[in-house]
Formats: sequence, C-alpha cells, structure tokens
Amino acid sequence: MINQNINIALIGNPNTGKTSVFNQLTGLNQQVGNYPGITVEKKIGFCKLPNNVKGNILDLPGTYSLNASSIDENVVIELLLNKNDKLYPDVAIVVTDVENLKRNLLLFTQIKDLEIPTILVINMADRMEYKGITLNIPYLEEHLKTKIALISSRKGFGIDELKNLIVTYKTITTEPCLNASSIDPEYFNSLRKAFPNQLLYKLWLVITQDVNFLNLERKEIQGSFTKSHSDLKRLQQKETIKRYQFINDVLKEGLKVDATIAKDFRSKLDRVLTHKVWGYVIFFVILFVIFQSIFEWSKVPMDFIDSTFASLSALANSELPAGVLTNLVSQGIIPGIGGILIFIPQIAFLFLFISILEESGYMSRVVFLMDKIMRNFGLSGKSVVPLISGTACAIPAIMATRNIENWKERLITILVTPFTTCSARLPVYAIIIGLVIPDTYVLGIFNLQGLTLMLLYLIGFGTAILSAYILNIVLKIKCKTFFVVEMPNYKLPMFKNVALNVVEKTKAFVFGAGKIILAISIVLWFMASYGPGKNFKNAEAIQLLKTENVGLSQDELSNKVAAYKLENSYIGIMGKSIEPAISPLGYDWKIGIAIISSFAAREVFVGTLATIYSVGSTGNDDTIKNKMAAEVNPVTGKKIFNFASGISLLLFYAFALQCASTIAITRKETNSWKWPLGQLIFMSSFAYIVALIAYQILK
Amino acid sequence: MRTTINSLKKGDKAIIKDFDIDIIPLKLLEMGCLPGNTVELLQIAPFGDPLYLNINGSHLAIRVETAKEIEVELIKIKF
Repeated sequence: MINQNINIALIGNPNTGKTSVFNQLTGLNQQVGNYPGITVEKKIGFCKLPNNVKGNILDLPGTYSLNASSIDENVVIELLLNKNDKLYPDVAIVVTDVENLKRNLLLFTQIKDLEIPTILVINMADRMEYKGITLNIPYLEEHLKTKIALISSRKGFGIDELKNLIVTYKTITTEPCLNASSIDPEYFNSLRKAFPNQLLYKLWLVITQDVNFLNLERKEIQGSFTKSHSDLKRLQQKETIKRYQFINDVLKEGLKVDATIAKDFRSKLDRVLTHKVWGYVIFFVILFVIFQSIFEWSKVPMDFIDSTFASLSALANSELPAGVLTNLVSQGIIPGIGGILIFIPQIAFLFLFISILEESGYMSRVVFLMDKIMRNFGLSGKSVVPLISGTACAIPAIMATRNIENWKERLITILVTPFTTCSARLPVYAIIIGLVIPDTYVLGIFNLQGLTLMLLYLIGFGTAILSAYILNIVLKIKCKTFFVVEMPNYKLPMFKNVALNVVEKTKAFVFGAGKIILAISIVLWFMASYGPGKNFKNAEAIQLLKTENVGLSQDELSNKVAAYKLENSYIGIMGKSIEPAISPLGYDWKIGIAIISSFAAREVFVGTLATIYSVGSTGNDDTIKNKMAAEVNPVTGKKIFNFASGISLLLFYAFALQCASTIAITRKETNSWKWPLGQLIFMSSFAYIVALIAYQILK
Repeated sequence: MRTTINSLKKGDKAIIKDFDIDIIPLKLLEMGCLPGNTVELLQIAPFGDPLYLNINGSHLAIRVETAKEIEVELIKIKF
C-alpha cells in the first residue's frame, strides 16, 4: 500500500468548537506559525487516517462567511481561491454547532459553491437531547449534497467516523447545493461568457472582495463588470437571502426542535452576568482574583527558578576550569536563561485565565456589559478583550483588535493597549516591589505587595483609558460605526483546549522573547567584562595602591577590584554617561545600564541587573534580589533601591514603551510609521516626567 | 409610527420588515438580519445600549444606533 498524503482544511464560524475538533484529530501533533508577511496564526496538524493515509490538517481562522471583513478572514478566501497553493485542500471540513446550524450553514453553502469536496461536521451533538433537537441525517446529506459527521469534540465521539469520511472524500459530490447566480441571471450569464474557464462563484468573490487570484487580472474583470458599491451590496444581500431560503427549506425537514424539552440555562446566567449591578461586581471580582492569584501562585515557582539559577551559576563557576569561557557561562549565559525562564509561571497563569474566560463564552458578556462605558472613551466594548489580553502581552492583544469594526475605535485601542501591564513588566515589578514594599498584611488578609501590584495594574488601565479619552478628542477620523458581537453559548472550558493554548502561547513568548534576552545577556556580559583604556586593564594595581584599601582581606579587595572594573568597562562608561539624565529620577549608572538594555524589551531589565551583579562577584551564590538589596550609593551611603527610587522605577516601567515587538506590530496593523513612533515618543517622555515627579516628591 | 428594534421592550418579539442596505453591515445580514426573519429582544445592557438580540436563532448584540435603522413589526402575543 502506498502512503498517501491529503490536505484537509478545517473551516467554520467562530464558537463552533472548530479548534476542539482540530485538537481531537491531531492530538499534540501540531505546528504553529504565521502566514508569510502577516501576523495571522497558521496552525497545521498531522493525523493518521485509516488505510495508511496521512492527513495534513490546516486550521483556518474562524469566519462567518466568505465575504471577508478582516485579514484573518482574508486568509481563508485567499487559500480557497488559489489552487496552486501548497496547502490547497483536497477536502474541506466545515464545522458547525448543532444549536446554530442555520447560521453556520451559510458558510457551508458558500464553500460548496467553490466545488471543493466538502464534509459537514455537526459538532456538540451531545447537547441535542438537552435542547430537544433531532436531525434527519440522510435527508440533510441528500439536500446539502455532502457527507455528515455527527460528533462531539467535547465527549470525543464521532471522530473515528469523521476520519473514515475523510479518506473516502473522492466519493463526495462537488456539485453546489443551490444556484446562487439566479439572483441576477443576466449579469452572471455575461460574466460566464467572458470567463468560460473560471468558476462563477470565484469570479463573484474576486469582484466583491479585496483579493487576487490566479493570473486573472482584477482590472480586467472590473473593467466590464464594475458595479457601484451599493449595487454590489444589494446583490450580496439578495445572495444571502437566497442562501437562507435554501437553508430554511432544508432544515424544515432536516431539523426538529421540541421546545418543551429545551432547557434554558443560558438566559438565567445571562440575567445575572449582564445585570446592572451584579454584572459589574462579578467582572471586577474575577479580575481581582486573577491578579491576586498571579502574584501569589507564581511566587513559589519563581523563587525556585531564581535560586536554582543562582546556584547553577555558582556550580558552573566552581566546577568548570577557570577562564573566560567559564565566566561567560556562569555570568552571561546561565543568568540570561534564568531571566527568561522566570517568566513562565506568570505568563502561563495569565494565559490560563484568559483562555478560560474566552472558552467559557464569558468574554462576550463583558463586551456587552462594557460597550457603552468604553464608548465614552472612544473605545468599543470589544476593546476590553485586547485590554485584558494586554496583561499577558501587547502583541496578541493588538492582533485581537482586528474584530473591532470601527477604524477609529480600533486605532485608539491599538495605541493605548501598551499601557496595560504586560507580563514582561511583571518580573521588573516583582523584583522592585519585593525590594521596597514591606511584606506585611493590611486588614489581616490583603498582602501589601499584592495590593501594590494591583495598584500598578489599575494605573496601567487608568492611563490607557485616559489616553483613549484624549485621543478620542484629538483624532479627527470619520468612519461608519459597526458593532456586531456574537453571544455564544456558555461552555465549560475543555481542559485539553485550555492546556494546549497555554503551552503554545507560553512557548511562543519564551522562545520569541528568549532569543532577544539571551543575545542581549551575552552582549552585556562582554561589555561588562571588557573595557577601554588603562583604568580597566590596571584595575588591580590601582586598587592595591589606594591607601584606603590597606589592610583589607583578600575577598574584600577582589570585590573592590571587580567593582572598579565594572565601572570602567564599556557598559559602565555607557551607564555613567547617561547618569546625569537619570539621577534626578533616583537611579544610578547600573540602573542606567539596565534601562538602556531594556529599551528593546523591558523584560531584559532583570536579566541585565542579574548579569551586572553577577559579573565580578566571585563564587557567590546569593540571589539577584539579595545582591540588589545590599547595593548602596557610595556617596550618600543610602540604599540604591529605596522607597522613592523604587516607586520612580515602577512608574517609569509602567508607562515607557520599551518593546521593539510592540512597535513592529503597531506598524503592521496600522500600516504606517506615524502611529508607532508617536506612541513611542509620547509614552517614553510621559514615563520620564512621571518618574521624575514621583522621585522628587518622595525622596 | 415607525417601529424599530430599539423601541422594543425586553422580551418582545418582532418581524424584520425593512432597513437601509447602505447602513447595515453585511456581517449583520449574514448573521440572519434579513426581512421576514424574527427578532427577539433578550437583554438591554445596563446603560441602555447595546441590545442583546435573538435574530433568526442567532444570539448577538448590536448598538442602538444600528438597531434604530432596522424597521420591525411587533408580533402580538395572544392570550
């Protein structure tokens, strides 16, 4: 038997459990990447099918129809219109939700018009009894001209039947299930005559959409078949009505609902969750629990990672033969990797909560609840999702703005999202809060450090909202407002989906940011270990000759030498040269180094301090935090990390845009350098001024 | 007087009659907002906007400014 590969495209409306079906089919055998040139996630999975057939399954972004309104949806059309694409499907699987079959079938009828063999998956079949739904499968198969797999991705049944259908895809007819061109026979007939070799529906999509396909020149079609925007839309409405008429006719026979059996859990829950008082109370309690638990639960694993890497570093130092290479490993690479891994607990918890909120259907209720309030600030209810996701990372958050239909609301959301406290700020906050805020309890239950963290989150949100308000007044953009949000059924989040999502997002973040952090750590080590001029070279001799150093022990002396070397290294000189600019903020040159190095990615801050404080401290397995706490200003004798400088640093990191990736994504999503540069200048100068004021008042 | 979706009360059911195609987004049509389909007002958000509807079996929320453009005919409830 010859091994055979088939390409399978998984298509469906959002909230139909498409991703669950994908996870069920492929297990852990998945690859996540990006479509070339755009930041739309591309998920491919592999699956073993009967008869030695191998399936390459492409999980396409969720879409309501083939009339695209976002780049995510464009991906779907571009693939389905391009027969030469490597991933062009041999068979398409349209996933639908049994409770929303009518609406979900709209997309199905469009896919059928593309004359690709199509299997209809009716998902969530386990809920049929509960909802009093019965289906006449043979009738549906006959009229929809397809094969149907009735499955439950939640309970895991029907998957094997689906696999069997996939391997026999060649027996499925590619005949469309309705004749959509009857909405304007004259127009479509002339179109057919002009391009006899092309599929009519494809031509229609090219005319109505903003996509290119094959070698067919868009201009060529448009020249003779142009219609006004409004006429096209009228035809699209006719087309939609036609499709629904067909679907209604089929479902009249094919689907029966016994309303007396149906239980209505959803409306009861809706009443509470969107209540004018309880709705908000519940939302804020959920947010509070999320932030408290992120700080409390990640503490133990974070401390563990921190101390493990401190002892690893000491071990490398003592066990490996002394030399430059050992120093690089123990002072550059190991603290650098530690600085990346320390993120994992907090990021994982954040993504865990966010994916539970999304999966359960609760996020849409928040959108509904917040829309009117957010609109006062020039935002949309849909901005809540990016603002909450922004607490994990601004990059997926900015991508999540794509479903905001109104360009002005979307632009403002993109511009203010980086103010929300992302997980890259957390390690900076964690270490500084740990240094300058006492670990005591307020009112017996609230941890003061946890409250400070919560306050920083609130400052982030508050600044985001306030800037949105200002931008709403300043920006003069006129555009039509659309707002349509689907309110999906409540679902118990599936462990497998949530877990896969958390692992995938955390991995992407750690590897993406990790590369930068590790590279910067190594560069920093070099810059801290070497310096120009005589001072660096002759550090030992200079220290030995100083009269104040007479009578010091060997250890104390070598520490003095190390400190002197660092001061005269390349990085020390850089830090020293910006000291005048940052000393009014309460920072010394070492913090200056950390700020310079974290300009491209703020999470580098902790790693930089780790490297700086590791260089020169011989065989010391103290944690970075203890080293920082012990640091004193040689002039005043006061601690470097005191309350005033700590608060000033916290505020600086709360507001400054130190993230090259955010700048890149804003550039991509707004298609202009104007917005990311404005964002960078505004946020950084704002951060400087606020940190300056805070330090001057508190010192 | 012209009845539109935003003038419905919570729990009211109505039939969609007409709307200005140039104002209503295509996406809403595809969700089932088409003349002849039924619409039920399920919930009104705390500050009176947006509206949570069941249109033709689809559950979705739209803003009052959009709802204002969709003309409907109230279905009288028979006792």
